[in-house]
Amino acid sequence: MRELDAKQITDAVAQMCKEAAYYLPKDVYEGLKRGRETEKSPVGQAVLDQIIKNAEIARAEDRPYCQDTGMTIVFVEVGQDLHITGGLLEDAINEGIAKGYTEGYLRKSVVAEPLFNRVNTKNNTPGVIYTKIVEGDKLKITIAPKGFGSENKSGVRMLVPADGVEGVKKAVMDIILHASMNPCPPMVVGIGIGGTMDRAALLSKKALTRSIDERNPMPEYAKLEEELLTLINETGIGPQLGGTTSALAVNIEWGPTHIAGLPVAVTICCHAMRHASRVL
Amino acid sequence: MAEPIRIHTPFTEEMSRKLKIGDNVLITGEIIAARDAAHKRMCEALAKGEKLPVDWKNQMVYYLGPTPAKPGDPIGSCGPTTSGRMDAYTPTMLEQGIKGMIGKGSRSKEVVDSMIKNGVTYFAAVGGAAALIAKSVKKYEVLAYPELGPEAVARLTVEDFPCIVVIDCQGNNLYDVNQKKYRTLQGY
Repeated sequence: MRELDAKQITDAVAQMCKEAAYYLPKDVYEGLKRGRETEKSPVGQAVLDQIIKNAEIARAEDRPYCQDTGMTIVFVEVGQDLHITGGLLEDAINEGIAKGYTEGYLRKSVVAEPLFNRVNTKNNTPGVIYTKIVEGDKLKITIAPKGFGSENKSGVRMLVPADGVEGVKKAVMDIILHASMNPCPPMVVGIGIGGTMDRAALLSKKALTRSIDERNPMPEYAKLEEELLTLINETGIGPQLGGTTSALAVNIEWGPTHIAGLPVAVTICCHAMRHASRVL
Repeated sequence: MAEPIRIHTPFTEEMSRKLKIGDNVLITGEIIAARDAAHKRMCEALAKGEKLPVDWKNQMVYYLGPTPAKPGDPIGSCGPTTSGRMDAYTPTMLEQGIKGMIGKGSRSKEVVDSMIKNGVTYFAAVGGAAALIAKSVKKYEVLAYPELGPEAVARLTVEDFPCIVVIDCQGNNLYDVNQKKYRTLQGY
């Protein structure tokens, strides 16, 4: 059985936290540039110019793209033939988050308890960690830091089967119109359809780890992604101050659900759709 | 975009009343950063009849929690946070003499009413343009609540800090105007 030292996980996570904060993925950067070419509003064009310039400065100078370096969402796929030695998986990941956020001069934005005391943990831990056991003897880690300006505008709607495709569109557009200019558009919209309430929400997060240029492999969902993107770009929300580039992409993930249900979750991501992946 | 209007702080009501929505502004001088936790503390202090740690007369508040500065830099990345979270505290804060607010996103009716009453202008900086905005910040000094870390109240010395007037002191709203102008959506 293959062995992997927990320290290697910690070091990889620390490095990925920094990379995700500094380097906007190429697909998103190119998406912003395409948006700048087609944007109709002059003030929208000026906002996109600043956003593109910002991405270039952050990358060139190893600086956080946004001051909200997020709560750290971590997707881990553990091969069932892998043996992790020298510590617990979750501890290794959280140590990596603490190391990366401290060494990388990233903002520590996590409070230990949400309602009564709200004391900052001062190292951005704990992360939100999702672990899946898969075939093989490798470990795949994806880091997706999530800012809360956009997270606060996300939502779940528990539809019923009779609501159908039109119901899904209406639920998504309700959430988008309510979010309006607040979640730092141009947005990337992650949608989870099916499962249970919690599974739909998780699918909507996973959708945001997919490239903005990659459509859902099932043609019906790919078409729905395109239709929703068109509708969102017709809202006038634009790049924050009004315009035609409200979203860069809509990514849908779906899963099996109950005969009585049609859960729909929408995670709105700002233009800082940051993530980093590594296989150990 | 029109030529920018240069503003030097302190920011008086007279200066505020001259600005209108869509004005492209470059701010030079001092602005004060405060966000969620600091607003809560200040409003609790006022409710108890205590004095605030900062004199807000003719000040501009910037809704900000920066990343830590790298060695040799005055500040880390420092873009605006969502202003709407401060709405519950804002009318109370505007009574303290604040004449400008810098953030991003919409404001409540109560805030706009208080802006009209007090002659206050609301500016938006570009959300997420945090590494770029940092270039216009020359100095960062914590003034109060250092234990709040990135949420401490701090003075920023800025030079040509870029922002745009989104709600003026007559209550005109650039978000509403522009969103209507570019909206082609039907049926939703």
